[in-house]
Amino acid sequence: MNGRRGQVFGLALALLLAWLVVYPILIVAGDAAHADALRAFVSRPGEWAALWASLWISLASVALAALIGVPLAFLFEWFEFPGRKALGALIALPAVLPPFVGVIAFLFLYGESGFVARALQHALGLARAPWRLQGAGAILLVHAYSMYVYFYLLTRAGLARLDQSMLEAAQALRAGRGRIFRRVVLPLLRPALAGAALLTFMTALGSFSAPYVFGGGFRLMTTQIYSTKVNGDLALAMVETLALALVAVVGLVLLRHTQGEDLLVALGKGTAPRRRPIERPAVRALATAAGWLFAVLLLLPHLTLLLVSLVPYATWTTETLPPVLSLVNYRRVFSEPERLRPLLNSFWMASVSTAAAVVVALAAGWLVVRRRVAVRRWIESFLELPWALPGTVFAVALATAFGVSKPLALRWVLVGTVVLLPLAYVVRSLPVAGRAILGGYRQLDPVLEEAAASLGAGRWVTLRRVTLPLLGPALAAGASLAFVGALGDFVSSVVLYTYDTRPIAIEIMSSLRLNELGVAAVFGVLLMVCSAAVLSIGARR
Amino acid sequence: MSGFLRMAGLTKRWAHDVAVGPVTLDISRGEIVALLGPSGSGKTTLLRLLAGFETPDAGGITVAGDDVTTVPPARRRCGMVFQHYALFPHLDVGENVAFGILGGGSREAGAVQAKVAEVLALVDLAGFERRKVQELSGGQQQRVALARALAPEPLVLLLDEPLSNLDPALRERTRRELRALIKRVGITTLFVTHEQEEAFDLGDRIAVLSRGLVEQVGTADELYEQPASLFVATFVGRANVLRGALARAFGGRDGQVLVVRPERLRFADAGLPGTVRERRYTGAAAFYLVESDAGERFEVLADPVAARVGERVYVEAVRAITFSEPRADG
Repeated sequence: MNGRRGQVFGLALALLLAWLVVYPILIVAGDAAHADALRAFVSRPGEWAALWASLWISLASVALAALIGVPLAFLFEWFEFPGRKALGALIALPAVLPPFVGVIAFLFLYGESGFVARALQHALGLARAPWRLQGAGAILLVHAYSMYVYFYLLTRAGLARLDQSMLEAAQALRAGRGRIFRRVVLPLLRPALAGAALLTFMTALGSFSAPYVFGGGFRLMTTQIYSTKVNGDLALAMVETLALALVAVVGLVLLRHTQGEDLLVALGKGTAPRRRPIERPAVRALATAAGWLFAVLLLLPHLTLLLVSLVPYATWTTETLPPVLSLVNYRRVFSEPERLRPLLNSFWMASVSTAAAVVVALAAGWLVVRRRVAVRRWIESFLELPWALPGTVFAVALATAFGVSKPLALRWVLVGTVVLLPLAYVVRSLPVAGRAILGGYRQLDPVLEEAAASLGAGRWVTLRRVTLPLLGPALAAGASLAFVGALGDFVSSVVLYTYDTRPIAIEIMSSLRLNELGVAAVFGVLLMVCSAAVLSIGARR
Repeated sequence: MSGFLRMAGLTKRWAHDVAVGPVTLDISRGEIVALLGPSGSGKTTLLRLLAGFETPDAGGITVAGDDVTTVPPARRRCGMVFQHYALFPHLDVGENVAFGILGGGSREAGAVQAKVAEVLALVDLAGFERRKVQELSGGQQQRVALARALAPEPLVLLLDEPLSNLDPALRERTRRELRALIKRVGITTLFVTHEQEEAFDLGDRIAVLSRGLVEQVGTADELYEQPASLFVATFVGRANVLRGALARAFGGRDGQVLVVRPERLRFADAGLPGTVRERRYTGAAAFYLVESDAGERFEVLADPVAARVGERVYVEAVRAITFSEPRADG
């Protein structure tokens, strides 16, 4: 009896998720099957160029991120030098900058009227800015800055799990340092490196903010889809969306394939190699200096935002550093209801969508892990799908699916209502919330829930007093990631926002258009501070 | 004998060849019954049926005259001690013990605290309220689990392998303490074990389970001296199972199987001839593995100096338990 009810709930959840994450993509695929649109896509060189650009930019981002992140991980995991701990904490700083905020921080810092360009211009007495921050180089710079963290964190985690005795065994077998590295360390790190590569590739492929702001004439598929859609060529936009989705899926499958199985899990845990102090003073000083220099580079975008947010409107013209600093921009944001509105919008939409995603993930955890319903594989796949597809793809798919009224086909007009954007946030949050909460559920011993039942606790009391408290850390981690993602979202918002739901990122963009750099920076600072606060709450055990 | 806890035709099927029951068993008020059986015999399933974690396919359960077959676990008033204790790691000892008192209805905080203190004192853990459960030893955790199960004053106490997680040195003492405590509380108790010694020490009566069916219910003496089946005879206590010519040599007839306990065989001047192949010294006595001339082996418990390895001996049976040769299963 009970078992059948679980199956029904499982089926209901699977259908709900299918409607939310699969159905819109299928509608896009159906709409893309137009001969004219397909012909247009195939014949236009611009389309192929954008697709190719998306692919090579993503691969180059992986290479750059690995080049920065992996050596750093070795430095911080294997060597001891002054300031290692403090620097190690700073090194995850890019994580608290939502993509769009990071991009505008780079604009303020390295853009043609940014601090660095101004300083050089003044120092060298140039007539105009020494460079323009545009095109592939600019995009790759932002990607390298924001994505090396994946390689850094995953490689460090992989190194921490290496077994000291394994390296000693290799030494005892008379392997030299290089040989040990090539034959022992690298193969064992493969899953971590492949995982980081996958994460970077998918993020770079879906990246929208950097190409949107810095792309100029250089189009990636994400920005190409957006401009095609804005120009009204919907059928072609569908074809482009589908093409990008296909590249994402193929990339995902290929990279998953290289990951291989995790050998360290099979062998069990030893003790991680102890950190070696760097002996030679010159090398130690060099490592320390390089570390601090790097930390300053990491921190510069944050500091830039803070500084620009203190510059009143039209007081900073040609000087290297702004002559006037005041809190007037903050006062304006908080005193003018029209400017406060986006802040409130983002907060309520992020809260509601996070709550919804967490509820769905909890239900999925219960059905998949506890009840082991027949459709559990489907539920898990549907939860993961939004991660595998770029944000632009989902935003366009949702706009298409819910742009017409066909109640019999389960399609309603949600475009232009306040519902659609939060719904998109829910979809984007499902993978992080699902992964964290399902993982938490898997580690939770079902006997504890039975013990509660045998002590007279009903289903809800058990949920409130046993399951939720024990899921606490997983719940906090999943919810904080989902919240931060929704709070700083730009990709879905730029496609789906209405005047009533305009979120912070959109307000930043319109402030930039009005040349109100200070106000834009205020929003950026607020987003950065909120993200950092929420993430630190989520990471607490 | 009036059954306080009654199982009538209780049946649970998993697959067509994996089933428990039908089990019919009556347990008197205040009695301790052991469910003894090898792994896979269905004893844990039976316990989970009683606790309400599984629903039976047929049959019924009554507690104190009330049919509880379809009552959910939360309202069954069965206290359960889980094999790994299942203490809540996010709550301290006092909160663990109070969990069921609060869950059963609203009481004043003072009354709850008093009850917690009372049951903790009962298990000899007075003053442990604010300890973290992770800091306790295995034996202390077991007693907290017991206190937590007893705190809501259940009608029946269920224990799943209560001593299997303790180290052997601690087990024997804990067994005696556990029995004394249950008897002091006077609660009707059913516990699951796969160890005969534990069942004998702890249970007033023992129900032997095999392949989901109760083979025999009785006191330790009854099971040992008058086993109802060949399975009970061999599972409870050490036994030589003798067939054919060897059975006839000890007085059996054709088609009969003899079960002879090692201590019921003895070396004599006449009897079945054989050779001592191994000797295992246990202190007060020694087990001798004897091989008959036909090459069949059996065990004799005798004085440590009764024979040497390689010695030619004659063996006679003091008492044998007779079964007719089973038709299909052993």
